[in-house]
Amino acid sequence: MTTTTETLDTGTERARAVEIDQVSKVFGEGPGALTAIDGMSVSVRAHEFVALVGASGCGKSTLLSLVAGLTHPTGGTVDVGGHRVAMMFQEASLFPWLTVGANIEIPMRVNGVPKARRKERVAELLDLVRLSGFARKRPHQLSGGMRQRVALARALAQDADVLLMDEPFGALDAMTRDILHDEIERIWRERSLTVMLVTHNVREAVRLGDRVILLSSRPGRVIEEFTVEEERPRRIDSARIASRAAEITDRLRAEVSRHAG
Amino acid sequence: MPDDPNVRDRHLRGLDALETAAPSGTDRPTAWRAAARVWAATWPKLAAVVLVVLVWQVVVWSGWRPVYVLPGPDRVLPRLFTELSSAEFWGALGVTMRRALAGFALALAAGVTVGLAVSRFAPLRVAIGSLITGLQTMPSIVWFPIAMLLYGISESAIMFVIILGAAPSIAGGLTSGIDYVSPQLLRAGRAMGLRGVQRYTLLIVPAALPMFVTGLKQGWAFAWRSLMAGELLVVIDQQHSLGWALSQARQFNDAEGLLAYVIVVLCVGVLIDVFFERADRTIRHRWGVTAS
Repeated sequence: MTTTTETLDTGTERARAVEIDQVSKVFGEGPGALTAIDGMSVSVRAHEFVALVGASGCGKSTLLSLVAGLTHPTGGTVDVGGHRVAMMFQEASLFPWLTVGANIEIPMRVNGVPKARRKERVAELLDLVRLSGFARKRPHQLSGGMRQRVALARALAQDADVLLMDEPFGALDAMTRDILHDEIERIWRERSLTVMLVTHNVREAVRLGDRVILLSSRPGRVIEEFTVEEERPRRIDSARIASRAAEITDRLRAEVSRHAG
Repeated sequence: MPDDPNVRDRHLRGLDALETAAPSGTDRPTAWRAAARVWAATWPKLAAVVLVVLVWQVVVWSGWRPVYVLPGPDRVLPRLFTELSSAEFWGALGVTMRRALAGFALALAAGVTVGLAVSRFAPLRVAIGSLITGLQTMPSIVWFPIAMLLYGISESAIMFVIILGAAPSIAGGLTSGIDYVSPQLLRAGRAMGLRGVQRYTLLIVPAALPMFVTGLKQGWAFAWRSLMAGELLVVIDQQHSLGWALSQARQFNDAEGLLAYVIVVLCVGVLIDVFFERADRTIRHRWGVTAS
Protein backbone atom coordinates (compact mmCIF):
# COMPACT_ATOMS: atom_id res chain seq x y z
CA MET A 1 0.00 0.00 0.00
CA THR A 2 1.24 3.46 -0.86
CA THR A 3 1.12 5.88 2.00
CA THR A 4 -0.38 9.21 1.21
CA THR A 5 1.95 12.15 0.85
CA GLU A 6 -0.67 14.75 0.23
CA THR A 7 0.18 18.15 1.65
CA LEU A 8 -3.04 20.09 1.03
CA ASP A 9 -3.82 20.32 4.72
CA THR A 10 -0.28 21.14 5.84
CA GLY A 11 0.31 17.86 7.52
CA THR A 12 -2.62 17.68 9.93
CA GLU A 13 -4.23 14.27 10.10
CA ARG A 14 -7.73 14.76 8.79
CA ALA A 15 -10.83 13.08 10.13
CA ARG A 16 -12.06 9.89 8.54
CA ALA A 17 -15.34 10.21 6.69
CA VAL A 18 -15.89 6.57 5.70
CA GLU A 19 -14.34 3.57 7.37
CA ILE A 20 -14.89 0.22 5.67
CA ASP A 21 -13.36 -2.46 7.84
CA GLN A 22 -12.95 -6.08 6.76
CA VAL A 23 -16.29 -6.00 5.01
CA SER A 24 -17.76 -9.04 3.27
CA LYS A 25 -20.99 -9.31 1.39
CA VAL A 26 -22.42 -12.66 0.36
CA PHE A 27 -25.58 -12.94 -1.71
CA GLY A 28 -27.64 -16.07 -1.23
CA GLU A 29 -26.83 -19.13 0.85
CA GLY A 30 -25.46 -22.62 0.46
CA PRO A 31 -23.61 -23.82 -2.65
CA GLY A 32 -25.22 -21.14 -4.87
CA ALA A 33 -24.00 -18.28 -2.68
CA LEU A 34 -22.07 -15.50 -4.37
CA THR A 35 -19.36 -13.64 -2.51
CA ALA A 36 -19.43 -10.14 -3.99
CA ILE A 37 -16.99 -8.58 -1.54
CA ASP A 38 -14.47 -10.42 0.64
CA GLY A 39 -12.63 -8.78 3.50
CA MET A 40 -12.40 -5.35 1.96
CA SER A 41 -10.98 -2.46 3.96
CA VAL A 42 -11.02 1.10 2.67
CA SER A 43 -10.84 4.27 4.63
CA VAL A 44 -11.67 7.62 3.15
CA ARG A 45 -10.63 10.88 4.79
CA ALA A 46 -12.99 13.82 4.98
CA HIS A 47 -12.84 15.97 1.82
CA GLU A 48 -10.96 13.28 -0.05
CA PHE A 49 -11.80 12.22 -3.60
CA VAL A 50 -11.36 8.48 -3.90
CA ALA A 51 -11.84 6.61 -7.17
CA LEU A 52 -12.49 2.87 -7.12
CA VAL A 53 -11.68 0.98 -10.30
CA GLY A 54 -12.10 -2.63 -11.18
CA ALA A 55 -13.43 -4.94 -13.85
CA SER A 56 -16.91 -6.43 -13.82
CA GLY A 57 -17.73 -8.44 -10.73
CA CYS A 58 -15.54 -6.48 -8.34
CA GLY A 59 -18.52 -5.53 -6.19
CA LYS A 60 -18.13 -1.78 -6.79
CA SER A 61 -21.83 -1.06 -6.81
CA THR A 62 -22.40 -3.35 -3.85
CA LEU A 63 -19.74 -1.45 -1.95
CA LEU A 64 -21.48 1.87 -2.56
CA SER A 65 -24.83 0.39 -1.55
CA LEU A 66 -23.22 -0.72 1.71
CA VAL A 67 -21.82 2.74 2.39
CA ALA A 68 -25.20 4.31 1.54
CA GLY A 69 -26.83 1.94 4.01
CA LEU A 70 -29.07 0.46 1.33
CA THR A 71 -27.78 -3.04 2.19
CA HIS A 72 -25.99 -4.48 5.17
CA PRO A 73 -22.66 -6.31 5.17
CA THR A 74 -22.50 -10.03 5.86
CA GLY A 75 -19.32 -9.46 7.83
CA GLY A 76 -17.21 -6.51 8.99
CA THR A 77 -18.35 -2.94 9.59
CA VAL A 78 -19.12 0.15 7.57
CA ASP A 79 -18.87 3.38 9.51
CA VAL A 80 -19.79 6.74 8.04
CA GLY A 81 -19.37 8.50 11.37
CA GLY A 82 -22.68 10.36 11.25
CA HIS A 83 -21.97 11.87 7.85
CA ARG A 84 -24.92 12.24 5.52
CA VAL A 85 -24.52 10.17 2.40
CA ALA A 86 -26.01 10.88 -1.04
CA MET A 87 -25.79 8.76 -4.15
CA MET A 88 -25.65 9.22 -7.91
CA PHE A 89 -26.14 6.50 -10.51
CA GLN A 90 -25.22 5.82 -14.11
CA GLU A 91 -28.72 6.91 -15.11
CA ALA A 92 -29.78 10.25 -13.73
CA SER A 93 -32.91 8.51 -12.37
CA LEU A 94 -34.91 11.72 -12.22
CA PHE A 95 -38.66 11.40 -11.76
CA PRO A 96 -40.01 12.03 -15.27
CA TRP A 97 -43.36 13.38 -14.06
CA LEU A 98 -41.73 16.22 -12.13
CA THR A 99 -40.02 19.36 -13.33
CA VAL A 100 -36.30 19.76 -12.75
CA GLY A 101 -36.98 22.01 -9.76
CA ALA A 102 -39.49 19.61 -8.21
CA ASN A 103 -37.00 16.75 -8.62
CA ILE A 104 -34.40 18.65 -6.65
CA GLU A 105 -37.01 19.38 -3.98
CA ILE A 106 -37.69 15.69 -3.31
CA PRO A 107 -34.88 15.08 -0.77
CA MET A 108 -35.81 18.33 0.96
CA ARG A 109 -39.43 17.22 1.19
CA VAL A 110 -38.19 13.99 2.77
CA ASN A 111 -36.25 16.09 5.28
CA GLY A 112 -39.24 18.34 5.95
CA VAL A 113 -37.68 21.57 4.65
CA PRO A 114 -40.36 24.31 4.41
CA LYS A 115 -41.53 25.26 0.94
CA ALA A 116 -40.07 28.77 0.72
CA ARG A 117 -36.67 27.50 1.80
CA ARG A 118 -36.90 24.67 -0.76
CA LYS A 119 -37.41 27.14 -3.59
CA GLU A 120 -34.38 29.15 -2.49
CA ARG A 121 -32.24 26.03 -2.29
CA VAL A 122 -33.37 24.83 -5.73
CA ALA A 123 -32.34 28.15 -7.28
CA GLU A 124 -29.01 28.04 -5.48
CA LEU A 125 -28.29 24.42 -6.45
CA LEU A 126 -29.28 24.95 -10.08
CA ASP A 127 -26.93 27.89 -10.13
CA LEU A 128 -24.18 25.67 -8.73
CA VAL A 129 -24.59 23.10 -11.52
CA ARG A 130 -25.00 25.97 -14.03
CA LEU A 131 -28.57 25.19 -14.96
CA SER A 132 -30.23 28.38 -13.76
CA GLY A 133 -33.43 28.93 -15.66
CA PHE A 134 -34.09 25.24 -16.18
CA ALA A 135 -36.20 24.71 -13.05
CA ARG A 136 -39.46 24.44 -14.98
CA LYS A 137 -38.17 22.09 -17.68
CA ARG A 138 -38.90 18.40 -17.58
CA PRO A 139 -36.10 15.82 -17.52
CA HIS A 140 -36.86 14.55 -21.03
CA GLN A 141 -36.23 18.04 -22.40
CA LEU A 142 -32.62 17.95 -21.20
CA SER A 143 -29.53 16.22 -22.58
CA GLY A 144 -27.89 13.33 -20.75
CA GLY A 145 -25.17 15.54 -19.30
CA MET A 146 -27.67 18.11 -18.09
CA ARG A 147 -29.76 15.39 -16.48
CA GLN A 148 -26.69 14.18 -14.59
CA ARG A 149 -26.09 17.70 -13.34
CA VAL A 150 -29.68 17.82 -12.11
CA ALA A 151 -29.07 14.47 -10.40
CA LEU A 152 -26.00 16.01 -8.77
CA ALA A 153 -28.05 18.98 -7.58
CA ARG A 154 -30.65 16.56 -6.23
CA ALA A 155 -27.96 14.60 -4.38
CA LEU A 156 -26.58 17.82 -2.87
CA ALA A 157 -30.11 18.77 -1.81
CA GLN A 158 -29.84 15.95 0.72
CA ASP A 159 -27.33 18.12 2.57
CA ALA A 160 -24.90 15.26 2.35
CA ASP A 161 -21.18 15.75 2.70
CA VAL A 162 -20.32 12.29 1.41
CA LEU A 163 -21.18 11.77 -2.24
CA LEU A 164 -21.19 8.28 -3.71
CA MET A 165 -21.04 8.09 -7.49
CA ASP A 166 -21.79 4.83 -9.28
CA GLU A 167 -20.35 5.34 -12.77
CA PRO A 168 -22.20 8.61 -13.23
CA PHE A 169 -20.33 9.49 -16.43
CA GLY A 170 -20.52 6.03 -18.01
CA ALA A 171 -23.38 6.79 -20.37
CA LEU A 172 -22.13 10.17 -21.60
CA ASP A 173 -20.24 11.13 -24.73
CA ALA A 174 -16.55 12.00 -24.33
CA MET A 175 -16.92 15.76 -24.64
CA THR A 176 -19.72 15.99 -22.10
CA ARG A 177 -17.83 13.66 -19.80
CA ASP A 178 -14.72 15.84 -19.81
CA ILE A 179 -16.74 18.89 -18.92
CA LEU A 180 -18.56 17.07 -16.16
CA HIS A 181 -15.20 16.02 -14.73
CA ASP A 182 -14.31 19.70 -14.45
CA GLU A 183 -17.68 20.43 -12.93
CA ILE A 184 -17.61 17.69 -10.33
CA GLU A 185 -14.06 18.68 -9.37
CA ARG A 186 -15.12 22.29 -8.93
CA ILE A 187 -18.17 21.41 -6.85
CA TRP A 188 -16.22 18.91 -4.76
CA ARG A 189 -13.80 21.70 -3.82
CA GLU A 190 -16.38 24.44 -3.36
CA ARG A 191 -18.52 22.27 -1.12
CA SER A 192 -15.69 20.41 0.63
CA LEU A 193 -17.33 17.11 -0.24
CA THR A 194 -15.99 13.64 0.33
CA VAL A 195 -16.43 11.67 -2.88
CA MET A 196 -16.28 7.95 -3.58
CA LEU A 197 -16.41 7.42 -7.33
CA VAL A 198 -16.80 3.99 -8.85
CA THR A 199 -15.76 3.64 -12.47
CA HIS A 200 -14.56 1.27 -15.19
CA ASN A 201 -12.55 4.07 -16.71
CA VAL A 202 -9.00 4.16 -15.32
CA ARG A 203 -8.20 7.54 -16.89
CA GLU A 204 -11.28 9.02 -15.34
CA ALA A 205 -10.19 7.64 -11.98
CA VAL A 206 -6.72 9.20 -12.33
CA ARG A 207 -8.19 12.45 -13.64
CA LEU A 208 -10.39 12.87 -10.59
CA GLY A 209 -9.03 10.87 -7.67
CA ASP A 210 -6.66 11.87 -4.89
CA ARG A 211 -6.32 8.15 -4.59
CA VAL A 212 -7.21 5.34 -6.97
CA ILE A 213 -8.12 2.03 -5.36
CA LEU A 214 -7.84 -0.99 -7.60
CA LEU A 215 -10.23 -3.84 -6.86
CA SER A 216 -10.07 -7.51 -7.81
CA SER A 217 -13.06 -9.34 -9.24
CA ARG A 218 -15.05 -12.29 -7.90
CA PRO A 219 -14.74 -11.70 -5.07
CA GLY A 220 -14.01 -8.00 -4.73
CA ARG A 221 -10.90 -7.22 -2.71
CA VAL A 222 -8.51 -4.29 -2.61
CA ILE A 223 -5.47 -5.15 -4.76
CA GLU A 224 -3.56 -1.94 -4.58
CA GLU A 225 -3.88 1.76 -3.90
CA PHE A 226 -2.31 4.51 -5.98
CA THR A 227 -1.89 8.07 -4.81
CA VAL A 228 -2.27 10.61 -7.58
CA GLU A 229 -0.11 13.61 -6.79
CA GLU A 230 -0.68 15.40 -10.06
CA GLU A 231 -1.67 19.00 -9.35
CA ARG A 232 -5.22 20.16 -9.96
CA PRO A 233 -6.86 21.20 -12.15
CA ARG A 234 -5.85 18.21 -14.24
CA ARG A 235 -6.53 17.41 -17.84
CA ILE A 236 -7.59 13.92 -18.82
CA ASP A 237 -5.48 14.14 -22.01
CA SER A 238 -2.27 15.25 -20.29
CA ALA A 239 0.76 12.98 -20.67
CA ARG A 240 1.25 12.48 -16.94
CA ILE A 241 -2.37 11.40 -16.36
CA ALA A 242 -2.05 9.05 -19.33
CA SER A 243 1.15 7.41 -18.09
CA ARG A 244 -0.22 7.02 -14.57
CA ALA A 245 -3.40 5.50 -16.03
CA ALA A 246 -1.34 3.13 -18.17
CA GLU A 247 0.44 1.85 -15.09
CA ILE A 248 -2.85 1.13 -13.32
CA THR A 249 -4.40 -0.36 -16.46
CA ASP A 250 -1.55 -2.87 -16.70
CA ARG A 251 -2.22 -3.93 -13.15
CA LEU A 252 -5.97 -4.20 -13.89
CA ARG A 253 -5.32 -6.29 -17.03
CA ALA A 254 -3.16 -8.68 -15.05
CA GLU A 255 -6.04 -9.11 -12.63
CA VAL A 256 -8.56 -9.68 -15.42
CA SER A 257 -6.27 -12.25 -17.11
CA ARG A 258 -6.24 -14.22 -13.88
CA HIS A 259 -9.88 -15.13 -14.64
CA ALA A 260 -9.09 -16.61 -18.07
CA GLY A 261 -9.05 -20.04 -16.40
CA MET B 1 -6.74 27.21 -21.45
CA PRO B 2 -9.69 25.10 -20.37
CA ASP B 3 -8.86 25.90 -16.73
CA ASP B 4 -10.10 29.44 -17.07
CA PRO B 5 -13.57 29.39 -15.45
CA ASN B 6 -15.04 31.74 -18.05
CA VAL B 7 -13.85 29.63 -20.95
CA ARG B 8 -15.21 26.54 -19.22
CA ASP B 9 -18.53 28.18 -18.54
CA ARG B 10 -18.92 29.18 -22.20
CA HIS B 11 -17.96 25.67 -23.28
CA LEU B 12 -20.58 24.14 -20.99
CA ARG B 13 -23.30 26.54 -22.05
CA GLY B 14 -22.44 25.92 -25.68
CA LEU B 15 -22.86 22.18 -25.23
CA ASP B 16 -26.16 22.67 -23.40
CA ALA B 17 -27.46 24.91 -26.15
CA LEU B 18 -26.44 22.47 -28.89
CA GLU B 19 -27.99 19.52 -27.17
CA THR B 20 -31.30 21.13 -26.35
CA ALA B 21 -31.86 23.37 -29.38
CA ALA B 22 -33.98 20.96 -31.37
CA PRO B 23 -36.75 20.22 -28.85
CA SER B 24 -37.21 23.83 -27.72
CA GLY B 25 -37.48 24.94 -31.34
CA THR B 26 -40.52 22.80 -32.10
CA ASP B 27 -42.19 23.06 -28.72
CA ARG B 28 -43.95 26.39 -29.14
CA PRO B 29 -47.45 26.06 -30.58
CA THR B 30 -48.87 29.37 -31.75
CA ALA B 31 -52.63 29.97 -31.90
CA TRP B 32 -52.61 29.34 -35.62
CA ARG B 33 -50.75 26.07 -35.18
CA ALA B 34 -53.16 24.97 -32.47
CA ALA B 35 -56.10 25.67 -34.77
CA ALA B 36 -54.42 23.69 -37.54
CA ARG B 37 -53.90 20.79 -35.14
CA VAL B 38 -57.54 20.82 -34.06
CA TRP B 39 -58.64 20.85 -37.68
CA ALA B 40 -56.26 18.02 -38.58
CA ALA B 41 -57.76 15.97 -35.75
CA THR B 42 -61.36 16.90 -36.57
CA TRP B 43 -61.86 16.63 -40.31
CA PRO B 44 -61.24 12.87 -40.63
CA LYS B 45 -63.84 12.31 -37.89
CA LEU B 46 -66.36 14.57 -39.63
CA ALA B 47 -65.69 12.79 -42.91
CA ALA B 48 -66.28 9.42 -41.24
CA VAL B 49 -69.61 10.60 -39.80
CA VAL B 50 -70.74 11.93 -43.19
CA LEU B 51 -69.73 8.62 -44.81
CA VAL B 52 -71.67 6.54 -42.27
CA VAL B 53 -74.76 8.70 -42.70
CA LEU B 54 -74.48 8.36 -46.47
CA VAL B 55 -74.14 4.56 -46.36
CA TRP B 56 -77.06 4.40 -43.95
CA GLN B 57 -79.21 6.48 -46.29
CA VAL B 58 -78.23 4.35 -49.28
CA VAL B 59 -79.21 1.17 -47.40
CA VAL B 60 -82.58 2.70 -46.57
CA TRP B 61 -83.12 3.77 -50.19
CA SER B 62 -82.25 0.27 -51.34
CA GLY B 63 -85.45 -0.91 -49.66
CA TRP B 64 -83.74 -3.69 -47.67
CA ARG B 65 -86.21 -3.14 -44.80
CA PRO B 66 -89.42 -1.11 -44.70
CA VAL B 67 -88.97 2.47 -43.53
CA TYR B 68 -90.99 1.95 -40.32
CA VAL B 69 -88.41 -0.66 -39.23
CA LEU B 70 -85.28 1.05 -40.53
CA PRO B 71 -85.85 4.77 -40.96
CA GLY B 72 -83.14 6.82 -42.68
CA PRO B 73 -81.14 9.70 -41.26
CA ASP B 74 -83.62 12.07 -42.90
CA ARG B 75 -86.16 10.91 -40.28
CA VAL B 76 -83.92 9.98 -37.35
CA LEU B 77 -81.81 13.15 -37.19
CA PRO B 78 -84.83 15.52 -36.98
CA ARG B 79 -86.26 13.21 -34.30
CA LEU B 80 -82.94 13.38 -32.43
CA PHE B 81 -83.11 17.18 -32.43
CA THR B 82 -86.73 17.13 -31.18
CA GLU B 83 -85.63 14.85 -28.35
CA LEU B 84 -82.68 17.09 -27.55
CA SER B 85 -85.05 20.01 -27.05
CA SER B 86 -87.37 18.13 -24.69
CA ALA B 87 -87.01 18.34 -20.93
CA GLU B 88 -87.77 14.63 -20.61
CA PHE B 89 -84.67 13.72 -22.62
CA TRP B 90 -82.37 15.78 -20.39
CA GLY B 91 -84.01 14.27 -17.34
CA ALA B 92 -83.32 10.77 -18.65
CA LEU B 93 -79.75 11.65 -19.58
CA GLY B 94 -79.29 13.16 -16.12
CA VAL B 95 -80.49 9.98 -14.38
CA THR B 96 -78.22 7.82 -16.51
CA MET B 97 -75.15 10.02 -16.06
CA ARG B 98 -75.72 10.25 -12.32
CA ARG B 99 -75.79 6.45 -12.16
CA ALA B 100 -72.74 6.21 -14.38
CA LEU B 101 -70.70 8.61 -12.28
CA ALA B 102 -71.81 7.20 -8.94
CA GLY B 103 -71.18 3.66 -10.13
CA PHE B 104 -67.80 4.57 -11.55
CA ALA B 105 -66.82 6.39 -8.35
CA LEU B 106 -67.75 3.33 -6.27
CA ALA B 107 -65.86 1.07 -8.68
CA LEU B 108 -62.88 3.43 -8.42
CA ALA B 109 -62.87 3.23 -4.63
CA ALA B 110 -63.22 -0.54 -4.68
CA GLY B 111 -60.66 -0.98 -7.45
CA VAL B 112 -58.04 1.23 -5.81
CA THR B 113 -58.48 -0.48 -2.44
CA VAL B 114 -58.18 -3.95 -3.92
CA GLY B 115 -55.36 -2.93 -6.26
CA LEU B 116 -53.27 -1.40 -3.47
CA ALA B 117 -53.90 -4.35 -1.19
CA VAL B 118 -52.93 -6.86 -3.88
CA SER B 119 -49.71 -5.03 -4.77
CA ARG B 120 -48.80 -4.67 -1.10
CA PHE B 121 -49.39 -8.20 0.18
CA ALA B 122 -47.88 -11.06 -1.78
CA PRO B 123 -50.19 -13.79 -0.41
CA LEU B 124 -53.22 -11.75 -1.41
CA ARG B 125 -51.86 -11.47 -4.93
CA VAL B 126 -51.38 -15.23 -5.13
CA ALA B 127 -54.89 -15.69 -3.76
CA ILE B 128 -56.88 -13.29 -5.95
CA GLY B 129 -54.51 -11.99 -8.63
CA SER B 130 -55.76 -14.31 -11.33
CA LEU B 131 -59.32 -13.90 -10.10
CA ILE B 132 -59.08 -10.19 -10.91
CA THR B 133 -57.89 -10.97 -14.43
CA GLY B 134 -60.68 -13.53 -14.76
CA LEU B 135 -63.32 -11.06 -13.61
CA GLN B 136 -62.20 -8.62 -16.32
CA THR B 137 -63.28 -11.08 -19.00
CA MET B 138 -66.70 -11.77 -17.41
CA PRO B 139 -69.58 -10.44 -19.53
CA SER B 140 -71.28 -8.16 -17.00
CA ILE B 141 -74.77 -9.18 -18.09
CA VAL B 142 -74.13 -12.51 -16.39
CA TRP B 143 -74.33 -10.76 -13.02
CA PHE B 144 -77.80 -9.27 -13.51
CA PRO B 145 -79.91 -12.25 -12.52
CA ILE B 146 -78.05 -12.53 -9.23
CA ALA B 147 -78.03 -8.74 -8.73
CA MET B 148 -81.81 -8.67 -9.16
CA LEU B 149 -82.20 -11.52 -6.69
CA LEU B 150 -80.03 -9.67 -4.16
CA TYR B 151 -81.35 -6.14 -4.60
CA GLY B 152 -84.65 -6.53 -6.49
CA ILE B 153 -85.60 -4.15 -9.28
CA SER B 154 -83.59 -1.24 -7.92
CA GLU B 155 -80.72 1.07 -8.65
CA SER B 156 -78.59 -0.92 -6.24
CA ALA B 157 -78.78 -3.89 -8.58
CA ILE B 158 -77.39 -1.73 -11.40
CA MET B 159 -74.65 -0.31 -9.18
CA PHE B 160 -73.69 -3.80 -8.08
CA VAL B 161 -73.10 -4.85 -11.68
CA ILE B 162 -71.25 -1.65 -12.59
CA ILE B 163 -68.83 -2.18 -9.72
CA LEU B 164 -68.26 -5.82 -10.62
CA GLY B 165 -67.70 -4.79 -14.22
CA ALA B 166 -65.37 -1.83 -13.71
CA ALA B 167 -63.48 -2.45 -10.47
CA PRO B 168 -61.36 -5.39 -11.72
CA SER B 169 -59.98 -3.32 -14.63
CA ILE B 170 -59.19 -0.42 -12.30
CA ALA B 171 -57.52 -2.72 -9.77
CA GLY B 172 -55.60 -4.48 -12.56
CA GLY B 173 -54.38 -1.18 -14.02
CA LEU B 174 -53.16 -0.03 -10.62
CA THR B 175 -51.35 -3.26 -9.72
CA SER B 176 -49.59 -3.53 -13.06
CA GLY B 177 -48.73 0.17 -12.86
CA ILE B 178 -47.11 -0.41 -9.48
CA ASP B 179 -45.38 -3.60 -10.69
CA TYR B 180 -43.78 -1.79 -13.57
CA VAL B 181 -42.32 1.14 -11.63
CA SER B 182 -38.71 1.22 -12.81
CA PRO B 183 -36.40 -0.50 -10.29
CA GLN B 184 -33.84 2.23 -10.91
CA LEU B 185 -36.31 4.89 -9.75
CA LEU B 186 -37.10 2.80 -6.67
CA ARG B 187 -33.38 2.58 -5.98
CA ALA B 188 -32.96 6.35 -6.38
CA GLY B 189 -35.95 6.84 -4.08
CA ARG B 190 -34.37 4.64 -1.43
CA ALA B 191 -31.07 6.48 -1.73
CA MET B 192 -32.94 9.72 -1.05
CA GLY B 193 -34.57 8.21 2.00
CA LEU B 194 -38.11 7.98 0.61
CA ARG B 195 -40.12 5.63 2.74
CA GLY B 196 -43.58 4.99 4.16
CA VAL B 197 -46.39 7.20 2.94
CA GLN B 198 -44.05 9.56 1.05
CA ARG B 199 -42.71 6.63 -0.95
CA TYR B 200 -46.25 6.16 -2.24
CA THR B 201 -47.28 9.77 -2.70
CA LEU B 202 -44.03 11.04 -4.21
CA LEU B 203 -42.86 8.00 -6.14
CA ILE B 204 -45.02 4.93 -6.59
CA VAL B 205 -48.42 6.49 -7.27
CA PRO B 206 -47.20 9.04 -9.85
CA ALA B 207 -44.96 6.44 -11.48
CA ALA B 208 -47.93 4.07 -11.78
CA LEU B 209 -50.23 6.77 -13.15
CA PRO B 210 -50.00 6.05 -16.91
CA MET B 211 -51.07 2.42 -16.51
CA PHE B 212 -53.63 3.39 -13.90
CA VAL B 213 -55.27 5.76 -16.39
CA THR B 214 -55.37 2.96 -18.96
CA GLY B 215 -57.12 0.84 -16.33
CA LEU B 216 -59.55 3.68 -15.61
CA LYS B 217 -60.36 4.01 -19.28
CA GLN B 218 -61.06 0.32 -19.63
CA GLY B 219 -63.03 0.38 -16.37
CA TRP B 220 -65.16 3.21 -17.69
CA ALA B 221 -65.94 1.24 -20.87
CA PHE B 222 -67.10 -1.71 -18.75
CA ALA B 223 -69.09 0.55 -16.43
CA TRP B 224 -70.90 2.20 -19.33
CA ARG B 225 -71.75 -1.12 -20.96
CA SER B 226 -72.95 -2.60 -17.68
CA LEU B 227 -75.07 0.47 -17.04
CA MET B 228 -76.77 0.28 -20.44
CA ALA B 229 -77.43 -3.43 -20.05
CA GLY B 230 -78.73 -2.75 -16.56
CA GLU B 231 -81.09 0.00 -17.60
CA LEU B 232 -82.57 -2.22 -20.28
CA LEU B 233 -83.03 -5.16 -17.93
CA VAL B 234 -83.79 -3.44 -14.64
CA VAL B 235 -86.46 -1.00 -15.72
CA ILE B 236 -87.39 1.17 -12.76
CA ASP B 237 -90.62 2.89 -13.63
CA GLN B 238 -90.37 6.10 -11.68
CA GLN B 239 -86.89 6.87 -13.00
CA HIS B 240 -86.76 7.64 -16.67
CA SER B 241 -83.28 6.93 -17.97
CA LEU B 242 -81.70 6.43 -21.40
CA GLY B 243 -82.21 2.67 -21.05
CA TRP B 244 -85.81 3.22 -20.08
CA ALA B 245 -86.33 5.45 -23.15
CA LEU B 246 -84.82 2.74 -25.35
CA SER B 247 -87.08 0.03 -24.01
CA GLN B 248 -90.10 2.35 -24.29
CA ALA B 249 -89.27 3.02 -27.93
CA ARG B 250 -88.97 -0.70 -28.59
CA GLN B 251 -92.33 -1.44 -26.96
CA PHE B 252 -94.08 1.15 -29.12
CA ASN B 253 -92.22 0.08 -32.29
CA ASP B 254 -90.78 3.58 -32.43
CA ALA B 255 -87.79 2.85 -34.68
CA GLU B 256 -86.89 6.53 -35.08
CA GLY B 257 -86.77 7.00 -31.32
CA LEU B 258 -84.71 3.84 -30.90
CA LEU B 259 -82.08 4.94 -33.37
CA ALA B 260 -82.02 8.48 -31.97
CA TYR B 261 -81.25 7.11 -28.49
CA VAL B 262 -78.63 4.71 -29.85
CA ILE B 263 -76.87 7.73 -31.31
CA VAL B 264 -77.05 9.49 -27.92
CA VAL B 265 -75.53 6.49 -26.12
CA LEU B 266 -72.77 6.30 -28.70
CA CYS B 267 -72.02 10.02 -28.40
CA VAL B 268 -71.78 9.89 -24.61
CA GLY B 269 -69.37 6.96 -24.88
CA VAL B 270 -67.21 8.78 -27.41
CA LEU B 271 -67.17 12.00 -25.36
CA ILE B 272 -66.00 10.25 -22.20
CA ASP B 273 -63.41 8.36 -24.20
CA VAL B 274 -62.08 11.64 -25.59
CA PHE B 275 -61.76 12.87 -22.02
CA PHE B 276 -59.67 9.84 -21.00
CA GLU B 277 -57.62 10.11 -24.17
CA ARG B 278 -56.79 13.70 -23.26
CA ALA B 279 -55.75 12.71 -19.75
CA ASP B 280 -53.65 9.90 -21.16
CA ARG B 281 -51.94 12.17 -23.66
CA THR B 282 -51.24 14.90 -21.10
CA ILE B 283 -49.55 12.35 -18.86
CA ARG B 284 -47.52 10.87 -21.69
CA HIS B 285 -46.47 14.32 -22.79
CA ARG B 286 -45.28 15.18 -19.29
CA TRP B 287 -43.42 11.90 -18.94
CA GLY B 288 -41.78 12.57 -22.29
CA VAL B 289 -42.94 9.33 -23.88
CA THR B 290 -44.75 10.86 -26.86
CA ALA B 291 -43.22 10.72 -30.30
CA SER B 292 -44.62 14.10 -31.34
